Amino acid sequence: MNTTAIKPGAGRPLKKYTSFGQTVRNSLTMAYRGLLKIRRTPEQLFDVTLQPIIFTLMFTYIFGGAISGDVQSYLPVIIPGILVQTVIGTSVVTGVQLREDMEKGVFDRFKSLPIARIAPLAGALLADTIRYTIATVLTFTMGYIMGFRPEGGIGYVALAGLLVIACSWAVSWIFAFFGVIARTASSVQGISMLVLFPLTFLSNAFVPVDTMPKWLQWFVNINPVSHLVSAVRDMVNAGHIGSEITASLIGAIAIVAIFAPITVRAYMRRT
Amino acid sequence: MNVLNQRSIEPNNGDWAVEANGLVKIFGDNKAVDGVNLNVRAGTIYGVLGPNGAGKTTTIRMLATLLRPDAGSARIFGRDVAKEAAVVRQLIGVTGQYASVDESLSATENLIIFSRLLGLGRAEARRKAEQLLEEFGLTEAAKRPLKNFSGGMRRRLDLAASLIAQPPLIFLDEPTTGLDPRTRSQMWDTIRRLVQSGSTVLLTTQYLDEADQLADRIAVIDRGHVVAEGTVDELKTSVGTSSLHLKVQDSNHIATARQTVEQVLRIPSSLNSEASTIMAPMANADLVTDLLIALREQGISLVEMSVQKPTLDEVFLTITGQGVKEEA
Repeated sequence: MNTTAIKPGAGRPLKKYTSFGQTVRNSLTMAYRGLLKIRRTPEQLFDVTLQPIIFTLMFTYIFGGAISGDVQSYLPVIIPGILVQTVIGTSVVTGVQLREDMEKGVFDRFKSLPIARIAPLAGALLADTIRYTIATVLTFTMGYIMGFRPEGGIGYVALAGLLVIACSWAVSWIFAFFGVIARTASSVQGISMLVLFPLTFLSNAFVPVDTMPKWLQWFVNINPVSHLVSAVRDMVNAGHIGSEITASLIGAIAIVAIFAPITVRAYMRRT
Repeated sequence: MNVLNQRSIEPNNGDWAVEANGLVKIFGDNKAVDGVNLNVRAGTIYGVLGPNGAGKTTTIRMLATLLRPDAGSARIFGRDVAKEAAVVRQLIGVTGQYASVDESLSATENLIIFSRLLGLGRAEARRKAEQLLEEFGLTEAAKRPLKNFSGGMRRRLDLAASLIAQPPLIFLDEPTTGLDPRTRSQMWDTIRRLVQSGSTVLLTTQYLDEADQLADRIAVIDRGHVVAEGTVDELKTSVGTSSLHLKVQDSNHIATARQTVEQVLRIPSSLNSEASTIMAPMANADLVTDLLIALREQGISLVEMSVQKPTLDEVFLTITGQGVKEEA
């Protein structure tokens, strides 16, 4: 045992509230835990490593000829589309893992520690940005191997990557919400897919919007995912920063503004 | 482990570590905890004894701010668990029935993360982790993932994690359930040393001998109620330190045999669930000779006679009086 005697309960300095600084520190520690877990179980990165490779190959060769005439001229269209679709898709895992995590015994300890209540949630979401980064890098790499040469140059590619990661982080709050309120991990997966599919497929990610019926065009054009895809295309293909970026950022902020508070509220009530 | 034997700060014995008043928790239509009162003096080990499903874990979870009581109130060192949960959490360490450590990480990583969360710096956290691992004999296994840990190692790590902040009150939910006898007595030693260093321990157990070994006071809990409370000695006198089990050859003689037993031993007896064995607390071993002679004189022959430590069943039998009333 340790040689110092334990201070009695009455003689301790006790804090009533956790400060903002402590909240940030606790969240970073929880993010560090997320990274350690990824390192310990690298198989959980299968989705972010294989999906960009397989989807990019598949969609490019299936749709390339039909939509753009040939694969080469489809690449500038599909790579931003597939990038957004894949990275946002991986944010579903955030909710699933959060649910699994919350069921484990270790969460009891987190709940009984004098730490910021929000830290386990914030940390998990923060650690997941590493997954988005991996997916982003792999998708661009796949594109490059298949012959995609972004005209905007490496700087704009990196910028576009950052934008996608930031927006996916915003979207992950939606799935984190399901993760907090759902009863089982598989139901989180189920509900999240129902949200994810319309959001990513009812967009301009894979095909030009003007081939769609009018009523659908209306949704596709207001879908934040479409704006994000357009923003990425603008940046990587033309080195252009325009209104689409503003639109996608506003979309991202709106999602966080709605879902972060309700997720945190639900989480606090649950813990 | 180097032993902490000096108690440098004498805990103020007027201090209550735990004061629980009429705690109630209802799950659906099941009253898991139904008006539990507990008072634990600082610097002592308090045992909550009860069978599975008695409400032990639920009670601990309420005291540890993990569950909100549906009624009643509880205070930890004078701080209300519901109103001042954040403060209470700075005063407690919780070791759950199912190890509350991260399965996918190593022992060191677990301790470092908990230390960091408790505000220790990077180097300090590493030192603390190493120190705790050494104290709990886990240094060799420090880097292995927890999946390969035995039950005993996991419990030790769990307890180590509860001690990082050196909380003055530690909750241990069935700390030795499922452990082999050797690991069990190691765990007991650890708990004793903990209290020597000035901590208060509230532990739950299903084993009477564990409560006997460790606890200063015991609450016996059954179906959400505290059915008995007192020092180990008080409890033992009500149950007897050991009990005499008699099996008579002819079942027609049971009633007579019981009378004889109660006359000679001057203590109420009971029957086991199959109504084949007479059980009586045995306070004075000397009287057994008299009893056997008395039985021989009445021509009652025995199939079996044994002296056993009272089991939890018997404690309940004696305290709640259930099981006896069907036959009597």
